[in-house]
Amino acid sequence: MQRRSKFLKITGVLGFVFLYAPILSLVIFSFNESKLVTVWGGFSTKWYGELLRDPQILEAAWVSAKIAFVSASLAVTIGTVASFVLIRFAKFRTKSLLSMMITAPLVMPEVIIGLSLLLLFVAMQGLIGWPGNRGIMTIIIAHSTFGAAYAAVVIQSRLVDMDMSIEEAAQDLGAKPVRVFFDVTLPVIAPALVSAWLLAFTLSLDDLVVASFVSGPGASTLPMVIFSKVRLGVSPDVNALATVIIGLVSLGIIVSALQMSRSKRRL
Amino acid sequence: MSEGRPTTDVKPWADPNATPFLQIKNVTKKFGAFTAVDNVSLDIYKGEIFCLLGGSGCGKSTLLRMLSGFETPTSGQIIVDGQDQAGIPPYARPTNMMFQSYALFPHMTVEKNIAYGLKRDGLPKNEIATRVTDMLSLVQMDQFAARKPHQLSGGQRQRVALARSLVKKPKLLMLDEPLGALDKKLREETQFELIKIQESLGVTFVVVTHDQEEAMTLSSRIGVMTAGQIVQTGTPHEIYEYPQSRFVADFIGSVNIFDGRVIEDGKDHVVISSKELGADIFVPHGISGVEGQKLAVAVRPEKVRISKSNLSDLRNKVTGTIDEIAYMGNSSVFQVRLDSGKRVRVTQSNLTRDNDDLTWDDRVFVGWADDAGVVVAS
Repeated sequence: MQRRSKFLKITGVLGFVFLYAPILSLVIFSFNESKLVTVWGGFSTKWYGELLRDPQILEAAWVSAKIAFVSASLAVTIGTVASFVLIRFAKFRTKSLLSMMITAPLVMPEVIIGLSLLLLFVAMQGLIGWPGNRGIMTIIIAHSTFGAAYAAVVIQSRLVDMDMSIEEAAQDLGAKPVRVFFDVTLPVIAPALVSAWLLAFTLSLDDLVVASFVSGPGASTLPMVIFSKVRLGVSPDVNALATVIIGLVSLGIIVSALQMSRSKRRL
Repeated sequence: MSEGRPTTDVKPWADPNATPFLQIKNVTKKFGAFTAVDNVSLDIYKGEIFCLLGGSGCGKSTLLRMLSGFETPTSGQIIVDGQDQAGIPPYARPTNMMFQSYALFPHMTVEKNIAYGLKRDGLPKNEIATRVTDMLSLVQMDQFAARKPHQLSGGQRQRVALARSLVKKPKLLMLDEPLGALDKKLREETQFELIKIQESLGVTFVVVTHDQEEAMTLSSRIGVMTAGQIVQTGTPHEIYEYPQSRFVADFIGSVNIFDGRVIEDGKDHVVISSKELGADIFVPHGISGVEGQKLAVAVRPEKVRISKSNLSDLRNKVTGTIDEIAYMGNSSVFQVRLDSGKRVRVTQSNLTRDNDDLTWDDRVFVGWADDAGVVVAS
């Protein structure tokens, strides 16, 4: 028993080292004074200052933030409607098929999502003249589609847990169905909506593959800029940028998880 | 007493000229091939507390949900205060419901929960405020107005749910297992409070419960349901003392049932021979049956007497041996194995402190008065 628990401890530690050592080294080297990425030259925060003076990076960060904000909001809206239909409506014939299909983007290779969206956009442009040049708009559409899949999973789990008699009680007290949705359903599932929004936001912020496919000239997201910079050779300011992103993303995920567990507790 | 208290003093259901407040006419509800409610007709009068009593799956909750509009009857008619409810959605009905889970809005305070229905009606703010305050004091929850439901105990939530469903002064209040989530002691207190509140407001209550004790103490009348049908309607006393079927006798309280066959069919009495009992049972009234007909006699355990001596004043008696004794404090329950092999349950009040002249394996006489048994179809 004693040996086994020691063994477990060691594998646990090794597993976490394996997961986090690269990220940790990236964070540490972002504070490197030296211009050479792999040689430690003393502590400095100058690369963070450098970031703020790089217009390309600032521009890309702004583009990414806009895209993430709009696509997360769209994803939550679509996800809520889809979850509502799948959970609340009486059984209909294609229900299980639909609920499988809504989560398909979770397991679909990103390359395929990106490629298929690109083909769709090109075809649509030819047929109806929309969405025009590829750029921020197309990335937003792409990100909201796969963001909606994640959002739907989160919101569905909350809707399943929700006591339906709360909605019936509101109706019984004189509220029409639409009123019930805004007065009761929405507030009750609000934590899940926040959580889903944060998840979709971080996913959009992270995405490189899909964005690369559907983006056009002049619309480079942050991951795209990093990727192109790295191809020219790793510079320390990329480390600093990556550290900032890691910080933001972890914050988003932590808040989202907290929201979700809080909403579970209050059921 | 006040005008809101007709239930115990008069019996509107016995008056042929009284107009029922709630009429359920031949209501049937089918889910696919399954019939949840089967051709139920029922009249409920103003100011009543009517209990629908039955086991799980008997259709009582479905019937209640049809009254509140959450289910639509497959056929039949529901009329509240002269108004046919067909096609009226739940939010427009003059009825309210108290849900089994209480269904309080988790994101609203107690006060807002209670005010919700009044706000939907668009009442002026100051009227809402006074009515909510009145309701809060009626259910003694004044100090908790600003709390959220998750900060309340089960009993307190029950009160809030009651207040919320009563604040709109519904013509009819439906209660789905209103005391089901409370522990025994709290239940007993709440039961009487519920009756008090009902009497002071004069609202008609329809209660659904599976708990016969709850039904007995709360209701003016009980409708016993099984398999989608109402098998007997009556006051708690009628249901308990004069069950019309073996099911009702067995479902309400405990009972000893002896199967037998009529051997003497007199005008003012019948004699039923029961192999199970190992004796003949004398029944002091005529029945609409024939000689040879199979019947059963139901006798409540507390109406059976048990003694070592020969119970000389009783006609219906047999001998047996005490198998089990369960001491319950206020009473003792004896399981007596008759000479015929049948086991009989006898309840005896513990009138004195030390009542232990009867003990295991004693030979005893058990018997009951002529009018203690009830004849039911077998």
